Amino acid sequence: MTDRTAEKEEVRAGAAIDWTPILLTVAVALAAIPLVGSFSTWVTLTVAALAMGMMIFIMASGLTLVFGLMDVINFGHGVFISVGAYMGLLVLWPLAGWVDSSSVFLNVAVLLLCIAFAMAATGLFGLAFERVIVRPVYGQHLKQILVTMGGLIVVEQLLYAFFGGNPITIALPQSFRGGLAFGPDIVVERYRLIAVAVGVVVFLGMLLVLNRTRIGLLVRAGVENAEMVEALGYNIRRLFIGVFVAGSALAGLGGVMWGFYQQTLTVGMGLQVLVLIFIVVIIGGLGSIGGCLIGSLLVALIANYTAFIEPKIALVSNIGLMLAVLLWRPQGLYPVTKS
Amino acid sequence: MLGRILSGDFPRAWPLMVVLLIILLTLALAPFLFSGAQPLNVAAKICVFILLVASYDLLLGYTGIVSFAHTMFFGIGGYGAAIALARIGPDWGSVAIGTLAAMIVAGVLALVIGLFSLRVRAIFFAMITLAVATAFAVLASQLSGITGGEDGLSYRVPEILRPSFRLSEGTVLGTAINGRVITYYIVFFAALAGFLVLLRIVNSPFGRVLQAIRENDFRAEALGYPVVVYRSIASVASAVMAALAGVLLALWLRYTGPDTTLSFAIMIDVLLMVVIGGMGTMYGAVIGASLMILAENYLQALMKGLGEAASGVPFASALLSADRWLLWLGILFILSVYFFPAGIVGKLRALTGKR
Amino acid sequence: MPEPLLSLDGVHTHIGRYHILQGVDLAVPRGGFTVLLGRNGAGKTTTLRTIMGMWKASKGSIRFAGNDVTARPTPQIASAGIAYVPENMSIFAGLTVRENLVLAARSGEIDPKRLEWIFSLFPALQRFFGLAAGALSGGQKQMLSIARALIEPRELILVDEPTKGLAPAIVSNMIRAFREVKNAGATVLLVEQNFMAARMLGDTVAVMDDGRIVHQGLMAELAADHALQHRLLGLHLDKHQ
Repeated sequence: MTDRTAEKEEVRAGAAIDWTPILLTVAVALAAIPLVGSFSTWVTLTVAALAMGMMIFIMASGLTLVFGLMDVINFGHGVFISVGAYMGLLVLWPLAGWVDSSSVFLNVAVLLLCIAFAMAATGLFGLAFERVIVRPVYGQHLKQILVTMGGLIVVEQLLYAFFGGNPITIALPQSFRGGLAFGPDIVVERYRLIAVAVGVVVFLGMLLVLNRTRIGLLVRAGVENAEMVEALGYNIRRLFIGVFVAGSALAGLGGVMWGFYQQTLTVGMGLQVLVLIFIVVIIGGLGSIGGCLIGSLLVALIANYTAFIEPKIALVSNIGLMLAVLLWRPQGLYPVTKS
Repeated sequence: MLGRILSGDFPRAWPLMVVLLIILLTLALAPFLFSGAQPLNVAAKICVFILLVASYDLLLGYTGIVSFAHTMFFGIGGYGAAIALARIGPDWGSVAIGTLAAMIVAGVLALVIGLFSLRVRAIFFAMITLAVATAFAVLASQLSGITGGEDGLSYRVPEILRPSFRLSEGTVLGTAINGRVITYYIVFFAALAGFLVLLRIVNSPFGRVLQAIRENDFRAEALGYPVVVYRSIASVASAVMAALAGVLLALWLRYTGPDTTLSFAIMIDVLLMVVIGGMGTMYGAVIGASLMILAENYLQALMKGLGEAASGVPFASALLSADRWLLWLGILFILSVYFFPAGIVGKLRALTGKR
Repeated sequence: MPEPLLSLDGVHTHIGRYHILQGVDLAVPRGGFTVLLGRNGAGKTTTLRTIMGMWKASKGSIRFAGNDVTARPTPQIASAGIAYVPENMSIFAGLTVRENLVLAARSGEIDPKRLEWIFSLFPALQRFFGLAAGALSGGQKQMLSIARALIEPRELILVDEPTKGLAPAIVSNMIRAFREVKNAGATVLLVEQNFMAARMLGDTVAVMDDGRIVHQGLMAELAADHALQHRLLGLHLDKHQ
């Protein structure tokens, strides 16, 4: 009898979603209202943070899955973001007329073309990078870190050689410029809403693939126990390459979105974002997609609020957040259980 | 006697011995061998980087963990001396205070980073050091009231280290013993002493445990060695030595700025020097640093010439220009990790069949 | 004599610096249960992992269903028709029971008839079908791990100590289930330390010690020969009888 009840309790405990980090994120946002002082400013900051958070999530998700699946940490991931942004530029240059056009249709078309071309290019680039840089040092963490970082340097330098060292300013398509007014004094920039929307679409798409398709099942199982997935008869290498390519393409998508957000492209932008991505995946728990989302939002919220409240603190707020989370949960908010 | 100085860790191959002796003698006699400011500048930089790279090898080669914050500790040393000299005054007291403060700050920071990141997974260390070092570089350039921001700090050094100071009226072997020569020898002997201390550390029982952890951390833990503690101590020792190297550079340059200490390009240089010289050999640091700095000072000029020669060809000139120095270093770096993991020291030792 | 379904011939396996298997010769005939007995550290788990290609044999050859599979990668070996139930069960804790079984059914959909049969063997799996597998109890996880191997017909099923650490009631349930599997005509190579369970299930038996097979024969003979049991398996097994 006692065995039965114990079993049932265990079942209940295991099935629950861990709400604490989610509630914490909401609490952080709410706690910022009095600190920011003005509600309309708070809305602006929060929307900006959501936009930034969703873009970071897009860029970080590939890195965390690649790690979860094959224990590969790719320091070159950052440069995929730069490559994506500059590939978008290649579409933007000849289509400058579409950007300045007042037609919403042409504006959307040019954004979609940028994204499609950048994703295709970074996907292919990821395929080559996996083959040349990652595969030869597979299973050796030390060399992996060194070589992927070396790859980042080389590709960055190639971008410098082809696009020059000066920052390149890019303009948002006409109809994405400016803000939308909600009520008397709340104005939200249009592009931020677009960034949030793209981020939500990517996140939902990812959930759908991970939970409703066989490949998604395999990825989730592989993150937990790659060896057992092989023992069931699946080729985890092929799966890994697929995830690597998809993650690279997402980094390219993030690069385009981030480039429009900053309206300036620099070759070093990828490495800058990579630092944020690392903080995000450490906070979220390496290998966890849900953790990656919560980590992205937390990092972005805190970065935006502190930048407004006390700009000097903002420089180290992410590091502080990371240390606080690691003190609380050393494996990150959502530790991935390896069986 | 020699065995005690080198902690019993001999080069163990005559070609390596010859190369090391040439480097040692050249550096020891540099003020008398060359004339002009440039060669002495190069020699001083080599001394500083030998210490910096050797301290990095303690971490990468002997402990098996990758840090991207080594230039941060280098910078802490540089800024420690710079801030003390600029704010307190150009005397030895400031140098002492700056050095001590920098070493303490570097050690404590390394300990905190180590305890936070090494507790979970060694891989966190690489990611967290990258994040912390980036934040530190941004901080240093933003807090211009303290650090001089992007412009850095220029300051005066204690009197006997200034170029105008003369030890005596005469010359030794045709070279006037001025403040620069004295500074050079402070840099040289401090770097040499630091290097020998590192050699002692890696050949001590502590160093042997580090290597056991590098080979198999799980097993070392099972044998009762607290892996996190050992790795953290190694990280602290490495950081303190890097800070010392930073102090030496600050004394030599009489200037400290983001580009001389904190930049990511220097981190890449250090990585390359360790890998090309030979990870986990200490002597690799000597060879890697000497070779790379010579190349940077003399090959870059050659590359500039090549770039100009190829100026007619569209992309070739862009790829060969001196600005793309890092491109070729990066490729060399990747190839070295693949095909040359034991570095030059490993090759030289293999040459004579001894390991 | 027909060729055995699975045969190991002089197989050596090294793990790091350790030489674990030192020339294993083992034949698993088609149909019925072969039980692999032996004390802890004898190399039983290593034998199963080497068959699966999870550790590579450094010497010797492994033949399965007429083909040499020694050097093949794990997914190919599994696809050739071998199912593996590892000692630590290795269920996917974050996936539901249903998802665990969907993955194990390599051809795509789960055959409802077979699922029905599995539910009849392990009713708990039906109760918790939609729950995360990590929430199951130890015995239920073991059932799920076995169910994964049964969800589609496989030529050979490797099972590593399924009764380890389970309560006696669950062990007898497990033995009942294995009997049914046997009656359904499956070929099973079972690693077991529990001699009682081994005797109830085994048709043929092999005994391992120090990385070698030291005895192979019919279970009935070993069960009848107490002196042989004593010599091969030691005194500690007597109390199970």
